[in-house]
Order: sequence, then structure tokens, then C-alpha cells
Amino acid sequence: MNLNLTRRRFIKGVIASGAAATTTGVWVAANGASRPAGAVERMIRININGQVRTVDVAPQETLASTLRYKLGLTGTKLGCNRGECGACTVLVDDVSTYACSVLTHSVKNGRVETVEGLEAADGTLHPVQQAFVEELSPQCGYCTPGQIMAAVGLLRENPSPTREEARMGLSGNICRCGSYDSYLDGVMRAAQIG
Amino acid sequence: MAYMHIGKDFVPPDVNGKVTGRIKYAEDYTREGMVYARLLTSPIPHARVVNIDATEALAMDGVFGLLTADDVYPDGEPQSTGLKVLTNEPTLVGEPILALAAIDEKTAETAISKISVTFERLPFVLDPLDSLAEGGPDAYNGGNTYVFRQGFATEKWSADQVASFRAGNEPTAEPQQTFAYGDLDAALASSAFVYESAFTTAGYPHQSMEPRSAMAYWENGKLYLHGTSQSLSALADGMASIVGVPQEDFVFINEATGGGFGQRARANSIPSMAIPAKMSQKINRPVMMRVTRDEETAIGGARQGFQGWIKCGFKADGTMAAADLYIISDNGGKGGGGDAYSAADCISILYQTEAVRFRGTSIGSNTGHRGAQRGPGQNQIAAIIAPILDKAAQELGIDRLKIREINTPTNGDVGGAQRTPFTSAYMPEALKMGAEQFNLAERITRSRQRNGSKVTGIGIGQGYHNAGRSGMDGIVRLTADGRLKVHNGVGNLGTYSYASTSRAAAEVLQMPWEHVDVVTGRTDRHLPITSPQDGSNSIFTNTRTNYGAAQDLLAKMKEITAMELGGDASDYDFGDERVFKSADKSVGMSFAQIAQKGIELGGKFTGESDLPEELNDFTKISVTRLAGESLMGIYHDAPHNNNPPGFTVTFTEIEMDVETGKYDIIDMVTIGDCGTVVHPQGLKNQLVGGAVWGIGLAGYERHLYDPQNGLPASTGYWQSKIPTMMDTPSKIRTGWVDLPDPENPVGARGIGEPAMGAVAASLASAISDSLDGHLFNSAPVTADMIINHVAGVTSDAIPLAQNNFRG
Ligand code: FES
Ligand code: FES
Repeated sequence: MNLNLTRRRFIKGVIASGAAATTTGVWVAANGASRPAGAVERMIRININGQVRTVDVAPQETLASTLRYKLGLTGTKLGCNRGECGACTVLVDDVSTYACSVLTHSVKNGRVETVEGLEAADGTLHPVQQAFVEELSPQCGYCTPGQIMAAVGLLRENPSPTREEARMGLSGNICRCGSYDSYLDGVMRAAQIG
Repeated sequence: MAYMHIGKDFVPPDVNGKVTGRIKYAEDYTREGMVYARLLTSPIPHARVVNIDATEALAMDGVFGLLTADDVYPDGEPQSTGLKVLTNEPTLVGEPILALAAIDEKTAETAISKISVTFERLPFVLDPLDSLAEGGPDAYNGGNTYVFRQGFATEKWSADQVASFRAGNEPTAEPQQTFAYGDLDAALASSAFVYESAFTTAGYPHQSMEPRSAMAYWENGKLYLHGTSQSLSALADGMASIVGVPQEDFVFINEATGGGFGQRARANSIPSMAIPAKMSQKINRPVMMRVTRDEETAIGGARQGFQGWIKCGFKADGTMAAADLYIISDNGGKGGGGDAYSAADCISILYQTEAVRFRGTSIGSNTGHRGAQRGPGQNQIAAIIAPILDKAAQELGIDRLKIREINTPTNGDVGGAQRTPFTSAYMPEALKMGAEQFNLAERITRSRQRNGSKVTGIGIGQGYHNAGRSGMDGIVRLTADGRLKVHNGVGNLGTYSYASTSRAAAEVLQMPWEHVDVVTGRTDRHLPITSPQDGSNSIFTNTRTNYGAAQDLLAKMKEITAMELGGDASDYDFGDERVFKSADKSVGMSFAQIAQKGIELGGKFTGESDLPEELNDFTKISVTRLAGESLMGIYHDAPHNNNPPGFTVTFTEIEMDVETGKYDIIDMVTIGDCGTVVHPQGLKNQLVGGAVWGIGLAGYERHLYDPQNGLPASTGYWQSKIPTMMDTPSKIRTGWVDLPDPENPVGARGIGEPAMGAVAASLASAISDSLDGHLFNSAPVTADMIINHVAGVTSDAIPLAQNNFRG
């Protein structure tokens, strides 16, 4: 993922919407019900996990906030809410993206995928999920949805990565439990299951 | 011994939820009518709240109420160290002063901005040595230290004494705490090599990935608290009393926990969860309190930093004859932690030192809240002592592995301040296994070889933590359909020990895992008390309780079968989920039939009478509520005496770039000695996770504060520099000795903490090796320190500085 790009996009978006973003006030900015001056469409339609959802989005609302608090998709986690950890990683048009650091309005024409969208309708796990189970990649599990989405994004772009490429691909995702080795084992196995 | 479950991998019941995002952490819950609490935290490091004017805030639409320390502590705040729920006497930046609840977080935050809090600024201190110096500021209102059971006190040294210590000399002042054994003077006199130096290790925050958010509501007089915890029942036990609600009326819900590392083990390390509980009680609505990363950093705990002095003596044959330590440990803003004592204890155990003297004093600083963090004390000293051992080996002309083998603890040894015997110890086997897997004999020839700007460093490290408690309870049940329910209060921290320790019960009854349910996740599922899930103890402690409870169940099953089919319980055997006559396998009852009969009989079979006398009160409540429903096995584990050690050894090769001070970890082999392996994948995860933590301790992690205003400069993951995937090797090779411990029914001991210490030691040893054996006497050793050393530049940071460099 190009972190600089997503951060820059986020900051530009915030400036455009007139909202304040501070590290401590991010929750507020993300959940604000009131609307700053200037007309911004609130009811927007976004494609999430293949379904078009209509949702009331505040101008300065982050994608993570919309997913978690408006749509109940709590699989996307917030570890820092400021682009440091990757716990909130989702795919936007196949690109792994920190959902805490993009505005929902900026992805309204895009295709958003979250961890909830990976499982098949019959409950079959996505190969990355299955591989992570088999390798027991998660420890506490809090970073796991982010690691999974980063891995899915990586494998779409590069279905047979070397371990080193997988390491680079997941390097934007912190795991405080230190389960990196097991996550990489999971990615390599997923590439095999394909 | 051939086991059915022990030593086998399995799919823990919660993994599916972790990979699908379905498992719920505290912040993932909502409840009808839920409102949101936000915190106002102290912006200054040491102050007294003089006045709170919330008139304007409380008049706002959508604001439901305010909670202050006066609400929580109507009789005044307890005058002791430790985090308070809310406080009027903040001693660190970010300490919660008040909480306000509103319809949404924006309204709450806006209302908080309208609250006027008048603080009286008090002198603050960042570096414990500045406080220790005569005339220096004190971190707490009653002094600069806290003496257990006595209260706040003040420790002062003369300016000369502090300066002499900073200059690297042995401190001369009377310490708060000591232990000693052996004849230190004689041991030093017998030493052929004596090393003496001041040293420092940094404090740094836990940074658990999940912020400590919590949600609470009251229903029919009962408090329901969704929270985060390492130790489900042990934490719930303490949390009820913090909130002030009887245990019977408290339901703690905690399906999953996003990391703890020592600071979510006990209720007093996470009292902030009482805020939504108290607020909900006050305003009669469900209250969600989301905690930000900044807030988590401030109150989420931090490792104690050390400012120490060490003198070690080695005999000509490499025996560590003497270790003399004097440690000032940084108690931070809220006190807590016995790291220094544990550090000295660890040296005594890991190196079987003939004579040890420990002197220590804990001093506060207005920095993060301190408390146990993965291997508290043992792991800091592991990183300091390993390069000293290498130095001794070099000076005495002894092989670096050999000096460790000479001093290694083994079966039959004693160790530590109390000279406690080990339950078992297989460190020699671990050293041998690691050296072979690492191919040390060949790799050591590359030590200090230079290729352009790159220099190879080889490191060897050892880690220790006592790893097993006792005195806890177990509950298992056999239901009418023949399923086994293992009630487990361990908590779901990510070690999977809530599940792996439950397998000890399945093992006793030889039941297929598919027929076993682990009952956990919330206390109204009626759990037994367990030890807090800290100190690497869960595997040892809770395999004992679950094994014992299953044995009680089995005895009852045989008794019921004998009552039904004649003869004595001892005439019966079991297998394939049946109890049958040993003499005639066709005569017997299925587990389901026995359970049904037991339910009919009631009394002692279903937990209605004859409970073990020593059963803890918490467990008694659970048993009482479960009584009559199913056939029950109930067990109280009598305390054991000896020390079940967790040991790890690690071998590391690095390639140090002396032009940048950065290094790549080329290879790392880490071997655990934790008795019989219960769950190989879980053990591997502890070893690799511990390795990442060890790399952080030895190479990166620290927190910094602005010396002028005492503001934290490290408020998140990046600034605290917790290791990312790029800081750690892409493959860490793991292994284990897998020899049984005799004081555990399945032979198991713990591993989580030494897994970190050994890696920290091994990396510190490798860094030193790559720099011609230079000793930094510091953890972490960061790139700037390495470059300065290589360039021959003396750092202008104040010696032994803690919490900032001030260089
Ligand atoms: S929560 Fe988005 S990067 Fe941490
Ligand atoms: S598994 Fe705990 S943070 Fe990654």
C-alpha cells in the first residue's frame, strides 16, 4: 500500500470538508453528527462486499467509522485511528487501504471489501482465512482482519509471492503480539491453496 | 507417554471468529439506548484539581451526566499508588480526571471542551535520579516512593551520591529492599575476572493493540460490563470490588482481548473499565467508553526502567561466582512493579551464581503508569547480562557457549532469592539443541568478520521466568447428552491457553475434542477462579485444575456405575466414552447414561453438596448456580512448593552495518524448555511473539518525555517504536525440549515471558559481538548509539538518563 498517498488523500479530504482532524479528536471527527458549512451530499451509496449500501455519512467521517458504527461491520478494527497500525485495513478497488485514514466520501465510487466479505455464502473460508486457521496465525486476533485484508490484496496482485515479498506486503500491519512469523506462514500457505 | 490431546495441534474454538471478524472485542458491542462517555485527562504531569466547573457542559442538549473522582470515591481517594478510576491528584499526563456522557461522542467532546478545570500545578520529575537527589521534585503528593503496607515515603541521596552513581560508581546509600546469599566478598576474591559498570534499561509502554474500551449497563440490579482482560475470572473478581458491586451481581463479558502483556491481568491495572460502569449506574443508560491510542498509551502501562550498577565475578573456570546489583527502578506516575528484585532473582537462577547481593530502591517519576510487562525485571536484565557473560568468556579464554553451559541451571538445582528448588530444569538440553539447530560451531567462525561496512555478530541468550502457580479451582461437567463442559476462567488473550488447558480434562476422560465444549467468555457462564493469566503460569496452573476436576468427575462416574451395576468403583475402567467392568467390558454405561443417572441422584454428584472445603468463594458462587444441572467434577488444587521455571535459549546471527547502525537478523533459533508441550502451534506463537518483543527490548523500544513540560513524546506505536515486520526476521526457527515436569499432571510449564528474555539477551549479545565486544550496558541499543560508538563520538546525553536523553 502507498501509505503516503492514502494519508495525503485523507488530509486533502479533511481540508475539503472543513473538518478538524487531530490525533486526539479523531473519534469526534469520525463520528460527528453535525454538518460543517458547505453542502456535501450525506446519503451516499457505496459498494461494500459486493452490495450497494445506502448510508448517511457525515462530511468528515472516516471509512472505518462508517463500516463499524453505521454498517455494523465491526470486523474492521481500530488500533490507533491515525494510520499507524493497519488494524483497519480494507480493500478499496483491490488496494489495501487504512480505513481510518480515508474519508467515506472519497470512496463512494469505489469497491470496498472488508473481512466480512471474504467468506463464501456456504461458510467456506477464503484461502487466506483458511490458511491463517491452519497455521494458527492469529494470537489475540485484534490485528488479524487487517493482516488478512493486506494478504488478500497482496495475493491478488502477486499470487505467488516470495516470503520476502509477503513480508513487504504486510509490513504496514503491526502485530503487537508479534505473530509476524505465523502470519507469513499463513500467507505462504494461502498462496499454495490459492 | 502417548497422549490423545496433549502435544497435538487443534483448532481452538475462537480462531474462526478471529479470521472472519465475527469474534467480538468490547468495543464491538452496542446496546439499545447506548450513550458515549469521553474522558478529560490531565494535560500536565503533576497537579491537584482545585475546581471543576461543568455548568455549561451539563446544560447542553444531549449531555447526560458527569462522573468525577468525588463520585467514585465519596470518602476521598485512596492514598496509595496504583491507577485510580478517576483522580483529582494526577501524577502523569493523560490520567483520567473526569468522564462525561452524551448522545454521541462529538457532543461529549464538545461538552468536555466547555468544562473548566482549575489545576494547581505541582513540581514534576521525569528522571528518578533527579527526584532522588536532595531537593529534587517528588512525583507523588506524599513523597517519591511507596513502601508496601506503610504508604508514601521520601528517599533522598546527596547530590554527590547521585553524581557518583551517574559517573558509574557503586551507590552507597541505604536501599529500600535487599536480598543476599553466599559470601559475596569471598566470591569476588576468588574471581579471575570482575566486571563492574553502571547500566540503564528504558521504560516503554505496553501498547496493546486493542485500546481498553469498555461498555456497561445495569439490568435488574446486575451490572453487565463488556471489557478487555487477560484473566477472565481473576479480573472479574477484583473488578466487582472496584465498582463496588457484589460479585453475585456482576457479569463480566470478555470473549476476546486484543493483547495485555501484563497490564490487563488484574483489575487494578485497568480500573478505567469502572468508568462506564459507574456512569451507567449514575445516568441509568448503557454507556460505551471508547479509549483512544493516546489514552491507551498514557494509562495502558509501561515497563519499569532501570538505573543500575552491576558487579559480576567469574572464576578462572568460567563459574559465575558473584553478582552484586544495585537498581533504582522507575515507578512512574502511579507506582507498581517489583522488576528490580526479579532481575536479581533471575541472574541467580539463570547462572546459578554462588553469591548474590541485591539492593534496590523504587522511585517515582511523572511518566507512564508502570506495572508488570512481559518478563518484568527478568527480561531487562537478560539484555544487560548476556554481553557481560561474553566479555567474561573472552577475558577467560572460554568458549561463549561453554560459559553458559558451565553456569546453567539443571535438574536438582535451586535458585533465586529464596533458594527454591526447581520442579525440573532442562536448560542444558535447550542449549545443546539450540546450538545444534543453529549450527553454532560453524557460525561462530564468522563472528566479527567484516565484509565492506557489514560485520557479522553472533549472539547467545537465555531467558527465565517462574512459570506456574497453584491454589486455584477447576469445574468440569458432563451433561445428559454425554458432552464434557470445561469451565475455564483463564481469559482469551491470544495464547489459546483457555482451550489448551481444557484439553487436560479431555485427556483424563479420553474424550474426543469434538465432544468437549470450553465454557468461557463471560462470568455468568459460571467459571471457576483462576490465577490471573500473567507470569507465564496458565499452562501449569490450569492443566492442574482441569486435570483434577476431570479426575473428580471420573471418580464420580465410576461410583455411579458401580451403584447401578454392582461392585466397587475400583472394579471399573473406562474408554470410548463408557465406564465398564474391568473384568467384562460389555457391562457398563455410556458417559451420557452416567450423567443422566448422576443428575437423578443429585447431591454431591451435581454440586449440591460435599464441595471441596478450600474452594474459593468465586468458584462457590459458580458451582452453586450450576448445581443440579449436570454431573460435576469440582477440584481445588492444593498449593505446590517448588519453582516451575520457564526457560528459553536463543541463538542469533546479525549483519551489522557499521555505517548506518542498522542490522539485519540473518538467522534466529529459539528453543523453549517448558516441560511437555501441550499445544505446539500455541508454543510456537509464544516463541515467535516473545522474539518480536525481545527484539523490541534490545533494539528499539523506549518512551521519551519533553523535559521542559513533562509531556509525552511517544504517544503511539511509531514513536514507541514497537517492532514491525521489517524489524524482525522473516523466519524465526523454533524448537522445544519437550521433557515432562513432574509436578504437573501432563508435565507442562509456561513459556511466554522467557521467550522474550532469551531473544533480548541474544540480540544484545550479537550487537556487542559485531562491535568487537563493546558493551553498551544499555537496553535498547539504538542505531544512533551504534553510530556514535563506531565514530568514537561520546554521547552528550546525561549518563543513566531515564525517560529522556537530555543530550
Ligand atoms: S486503525 Fe487505521 S492504521 Fe491503525
Ligand atoms: S495477534 Fe495480537 S496484535 Fe496481532
